[in-house]
Amino acid sequence: MAPSSGRRAPSAAELEDRKTVNINKETVSNTVSDDYPDNFVNEEHAWDNEEFRRAFQVQFHQNDQFEAQFSLIGVDASIANAFRRIMIAEIPTLAIETVFVNNNTSVIQDEVLAHRLGLIPFTGGKKGLREFMGFWRKPGPDEDAYATTYDTNTVSLKLAAKCTRKKDAPKDARDPLVLYDNAHIYARDIVFEPLGGQAKWFSGEDTIRPVNPDILIAKMRPNQEIDIEMHMHKGFGWDHAKYSPVATASYRLMPKISILRPILGADAEKFAACFMPGVIGLERVTKQEAKKTGSGYEGHEGELKAVVKDAMRDTVSREALRHPEFEGKVKLGRRKDHFIFSVESTGQWDSDELFMESTKMLKKKCGVLRPQVTNMVQTF
Amino acid sequence: MPARTKARAPSAEDADMEDAAPTSAQQVAEDGEPMEEDEDNEVGEEEEAEEPQRVRILPGSTSTAASFEFLKEGHTLGNALRFIIMKNPDVEFCAYAIPHPSEEKMNLRIQTYDTTTATAALEKGLQDLEDLCDVVSEEFWTQREKFMAEKS
Repeated sequence: MAPSSGRRAPSAAELEDRKTVNINKETVSNTVSDDYPDNFVNEEHAWDNEEFRRAFQVQFHQNDQFEAQFSLIGVDASIANAFRRIMIAEIPTLAIETVFVNNNTSVIQDEVLAHRLGLIPFTGGKKGLREFMGFWRKPGPDEDAYATTYDTNTVSLKLAAKCTRKKDAPKDARDPLVLYDNAHIYARDIVFEPLGGQAKWFSGEDTIRPVNPDILIAKMRPNQEIDIEMHMHKGFGWDHAKYSPVATASYRLMPKISILRPILGADAEKFAACFMPGVIGLERVTKQEAKKTGSGYEGHEGELKAVVKDAMRDTVSREALRHPEFEGKVKLGRRKDHFIFSVESTGQWDSDELFMESTKMLKKKCGVLRPQVTNMVQTF
Repeated sequence: MPARTKARAPSAEDADMEDAAPTSAQQVAEDGEPMEEDEDNEVGEEEEAEEPQRVRILPGSTSTAASFEFLKEGHTLGNALRFIIMKNPDVEFCAYAIPHPSEEKMNLRIQTYDTTTATAALEKGLQDLEDLCDVVSEEFWTQREKFMAEKS
């Protein structure tokens, strides 16, 4: 760790160095957060909400219903990671939990079929899903199997199909879809059966339906039959991945490429090829730059030089560090406090809603625990 | 090491720990003794009562050096809380651990200087984390609105 800077305030360059993870040829360095009190002489680093509010930034790169990309700038890894973990495992969704098999003569075994059904993402009226639907509780040993099943915690679905020969199929046809009816069973064949008050919340546009109607569930041949009923419950990603509202929720640190000394001419083109397309741009050395002594551009007017165009696109491969001609000319790193999030929703929530929900969840966790800490029995 | 099949007889040390164990709210609840004695404050109290007590102070703690046990919490809260408590200048040391992956328990150790107590530092940490969440969600939504307005 860098020694403290004595009694003077740290320079901008030093602050920049502190928040950069160095990607060296064979190693990484300066990976650990050091912005804590007592770490540097004459520097506070205590938690200050107003200071955080000033420094914290959000940048959106993409915001579609099912996919969002945005940057959180100015937070610690532990906080960014908490949000990521909450999005994956602690936001509830509705998924198929119980499958009642009345008949299944297809080649897919009951338990495999049930597992496949569980993984199909469903969606429906958001207000109904969030406010009307609650959590199902497993009945106790003395209770009836359905004692805890209500319209407010269970969604009922049906899937019934029998494969039959098409009478009018052409004689020379080989394609099962041409020869038979119901040869393929898709997610769209699942029918929602409203119970009790559900019709009010989940009808028309808001009906409970698979997000992608084209998910293949099973293939059948004539006289094979599937006749099942399903119950959906609300659950959490920590219980089973089928309840996770995200396909992926991940972050990466913002790449940082510093060109320390000019990279010119053919070298510049080779340098650009070391990175992902669009990361390094090629520009002509201007007259002004060429005039400046000590810049390294003297006498190179009009030649191509490498400039960093879009570091965010970089994958931080170390290709540039392998070539001796770039030695000492480039420094690779990542910004420690710049998290590029990528959230891909499975459809029950919008991707930006998911992040909002994760902040709410973390706040709720703290809000529930704080009075418990206050009222905790203190014994030493 | 082979798995132990018989319950180990409690050693003197274990027994000692048991004796020193605090009568935390959790244990009281397990014993079936009523936690709340005053039932006059109905509305607020009843909603509170729905949440079971999930945090307790572990034996051997002092006011400035304490270990807390959280039930049904993990790295999500543990690391975030550790960060925000370490940001407190009155805190000398803070760390969290999950002693065993198959137990839903998270332990948090806080050692403070004489200027505060471990419990106060934990409360401040939880409060700061709540404030942080507000700042993050406000800024996130402002930027989202801005981004969507620019796009259309």
